[in-house]
Amino acid sequence: MAELLRWARQGLTASLWVLAATCAHAQPVVSPQDSGNAALELRVNQLASELRCLVCQNQTIADSHAELAVQLKNEVRTQLAQGRSDDEVRDFMVARYGDFVLYRPPVTTATALLWAGPAVLLLIGLGLLVQHIRARQRLEATSTSTLDSVWPEEPTPKEQA
Amino acid sequence: MKRYLLPLGLFLALASTLALGLKRVDPQALPSPLVGRPVPAFNLTQLDAPQTRITPAQFKGQVWVLNAWASWCVSCRKEHPVLLDLARKGVVPLVGFNYQDQREPGKQWLQKHGNPYQLTVFDEDGRVGMDLGIIGVPETFVIDKQGVIRHKHAGPVTAEWVQQTLLPLLKELQRG
Amino acid sequence: MIPELGQTALIVALGLSLLLGSLPLWGAYRQQAHLMSLARPLAAGQFAFAALAFGILIHAFVVMDFSVAYVADNANSLLPVQFRVAAAWGGHEGSLLLWQLMLSGWTLAVALFSRQLPPATVARVLAVLGLISVGILSFTLFTSNPFARLIPSAPDGQDLNPLLQDPGMIFHPPLLYMGYVGFSVAFAFAIAALLEGKLDAAWAKWTRPWTLAAWVFLTLGILLGSFWAYYELGWGGWWFWDAVENASFMPWLVGTALIHSLSVSEKRGSFKNWTVLLAILAFSLSLLGTFLVRSGVLTSVHAFASDPQRGLYILVFLLIVIGGSLALYAWRASQVGLGGRFAAFSRESLLLLNNVFLVVSMGTVLLGTLYPLALDAFGLGKISVGPPYFDAVFAPLMLPLLLLISVGPYVVWKQGSVARAWHELRGVALVSVLLAGGIALSQRTSVGVTTGLLLAFWVLLGSVQHAVQRLRAGSEQRSFAQRWRAVPLAFWGMVVAHIGVGVFVLGVTLVKGLDQVRDASLQVGQSLTLGDYRFDFKTLDKHKGANYLAGRATFEVFHHGRLLATLHPEKRFYVVQRMPMTEAAIDRGLTRDLYVSLGDTAPSGAWGVRVQVKPFMGWVWGGTLLMALGGVLAATDGRYRQRARAAAPEHTPTSVTPTAADLNVAPTTL
Repeated sequence: MAELLRWARQGLTASLWVLAATCAHAQPVVSPQDSGNAALELRVNQLASELRCLVCQNQTIADSHAELAVQLKNEVRTQLAQGRSDDEVRDFMVARYGDFVLYRPPVTTATALLWAGPAVLLLIGLGLLVQHIRARQRLEATSTSTLDSVWPEEPTPKEQA
Repeated sequence: MKRYLLPLGLFLALASTLALGLKRVDPQALPSPLVGRPVPAFNLTQLDAPQTRITPAQFKGQVWVLNAWASWCVSCRKEHPVLLDLARKGVVPLVGFNYQDQREPGKQWLQKHGNPYQLTVFDEDGRVGMDLGIIGVPETFVIDKQGVIRHKHAGPVTAEWVQQTLLPLLKELQRG
Repeated sequence: MIPELGQTALIVALGLSLLLGSLPLWGAYRQQAHLMSLARPLAAGQFAFAALAFGILIHAFVVMDFSVAYVADNANSLLPVQFRVAAAWGGHEGSLLLWQLMLSGWTLAVALFSRQLPPATVARVLAVLGLISVGILSFTLFTSNPFARLIPSAPDGQDLNPLLQDPGMIFHPPLLYMGYVGFSVAFAFAIAALLEGKLDAAWAKWTRPWTLAAWVFLTLGILLGSFWAYYELGWGGWWFWDAVENASFMPWLVGTALIHSLSVSEKRGSFKNWTVLLAILAFSLSLLGTFLVRSGVLTSVHAFASDPQRGLYILVFLLIVIGGSLALYAWRASQVGLGGRFAAFSRESLLLLNNVFLVVSMGTVLLGTLYPLALDAFGLGKISVGPPYFDAVFAPLMLPLLLLISVGPYVVWKQGSVARAWHELRGVALVSVLLAGGIALSQRTSVGVTTGLLLAFWVLLGSVQHAVQRLRAGSEQRSFAQRWRAVPLAFWGMVVAHIGVGVFVLGVTLVKGLDQVRDASLQVGQSLTLGDYRFDFKTLDKHKGANYLAGRATFEVFHHGRLLATLHPEKRFYVVQRMPMTEAAIDRGLTRDLYVSLGDTAPSGAWGVRVQVKPFMGWVWGGTLLMALGGVLAATDGRYRQRARAAAPEHTPTSVTPTAADLNVAPTTL
């Protein structure tokens, strides 16, 4: 009886494994290739880190184990090995999947605000800061009472250098 | 005083964008850059006739629909009745595109579920699928008489899609 | 029956929140003491019922009550009990209830630890917190009820997403929410101040420890999220500029600016308008994050199931809370005075500069996060904005900030001297250049890495020198013990946190600049070489876990031929959700992490293997922990625990009689 139960348990585990295998490999698996060439692999990984896995929830094809991701990564490797440049591979991907596949957005009129934005924000921020300090100096020069009307002057530590 | 309104103003602009996004944006939808461009050239074997080769050029002069599917694809089974129905009506020639599959399972799948296609192209390694920008199956392409892709539908096709999108589009393309 | 009790508890909590949000506020407006005194008891009551509801939800998960739809969606009878508890906040409805619990918790904390505040302020602050609760609770009850029943009840549940079946899930969301929600306190203080039309000396002092506490929780929450992603997702990444990561990072950046700004407002009375705006901004970003994650407009591993209707509700909530507070700000800000004077080159102006960089960085992250959404909404196409963009624009903004960290403490309040600052810092500058240059030459590092190293050393050495000088001040007159006691905890908080920044920058620079990755398809018995390391794929065993099947590999790692570690990466298959998962194996070291993860099997039986060598990865975590520790030290500074005496001057280190030694070292408490 105990034997039977043991066989039954083993059989169940085995069938679960078969189930797992069929579910995980219901489609022909594309295996990751490795060229053995360290310099090439570095280029592949760098480029793959900029390309989006289109069937994932926000992952690069370098990091994803999804079928399509591995397939695209292998394609990148093949093309780079053939001597194509990074830009050519990027163009290849964009022609098929759109700008969406690039994690580094292209610089176009639509993305001008995106790429220029940080610098613009910084200039505005610094400009406002300078303007504020200057306005404050002018205010201090002309009046004395309105400044600290609400906030009593803090006792200043004696700290003149 | 006025500059203190600036943060509020910026926020309202942001909120409007978010509201617009909420209404219009579907994060899953991915427009295809191939729409409006000629269908990429390929030279693939026919699924049930390995000695026969098919190229897109042989469809020039007619409007046709390319449907990508695979025997391992579960949602393809969902849309299959719609395709069979479409084939029965004879509205437009359907060409199957067996994506990243194996010949025998592919043939068996058509035998089991019915074959709505005039013929089926066999893309074993998915290379041509990549040229078509396929990211999963099923995907359906509508191609005009000049061989230009005019519409791509990702995911299973439904009866609504046939009624509301396909038939009107076909009518327009048949004229041109 | 019990889940219905939970729902009732939420309804009672909502009712109490409505009362809390209205009566004390009216009482403060009319100066009616009995209405104002309702605030504390109402806050306690609200917490009690929110906690009860939460407890009931946890109970439902522990006993596996699959008649509750939410439990059926997120748990399974095979799920171990600790993950069943964590599953309570694994989905939208439960995590929202967690949010509310945290909010009620912070509200209660404010009610308990506010004895020294005037009743009107307490009433207003608690009322504002109550109003926010009204929004969250009504959102929960009307659109996201965790206690909704499933009829007929499910025989078993869907199981928690395997990615979440990890200790990280137990701690990361609670810590993160403590942070997010904690900024509501600073927000409430700001609103109360605007309502009162008064921002006095005490306001900044009261707000600061609450802000620091929230900031510490948020820091730890983000740290844990990164740490977890690192070992859980299996590809060795730890920060992806994912929309949801950004949603937590933006309040953190503004929170950091707020902490610095509050110190100025507390000491010098300046920046009050700005500080109030920052407090509003920090919490607004928390709420914005809530919107982004739950509305379905963004794609992310983190996003909850999309539901535009919920998104609309949150958006309306945002309009009311943020729009309302900014409108109040526009109306009242001009009445708040300007505060103490300061010159163009002074610690005040440098701290303002620090704030500019922090807020601009936040703006940059916001721009990058929302740009794809905006373009899509306007029909201008679909793009992706990912790490290449963020790394390119964010790092340059951090450089001046890092430079400022060491400069600021050497510039005195009100009127600083460039010459003096340079005199104090030139030693640090020289050593930093030498160290960074030395490493750059020996390792042939890139310009970016060299710059990162230079600034990391600059920050580390500057902070250490500062601390040493502070301790040495007055060494002629006082003993070491006396000098040690004279230094306030807040100073150590600053030093430790800044050192944490330096350690973090060092870690990030080295791990990004010098890491190595290799992918290969290996059969059992084969090996892979990466740099000085060899990874031997020894065996592959199959084994069974509680709710998964796993293939467990054994790798032996050799360094220069010597066996260094045995690692066991796994590939798991979770049976209920039918989802494969990678469990990476990591050998952590002080100077590097070794990272091995399994991919998929090929028909030939070969496994996809990825190995990585990540130098100084641990310093990224360590640096962040130090930052959090610094925050804790600063928050527990004694002066925040002092009772407010109406007229008595405060005993701060700055009021100690200055000695000749003091004059050489600028008083530096922040």
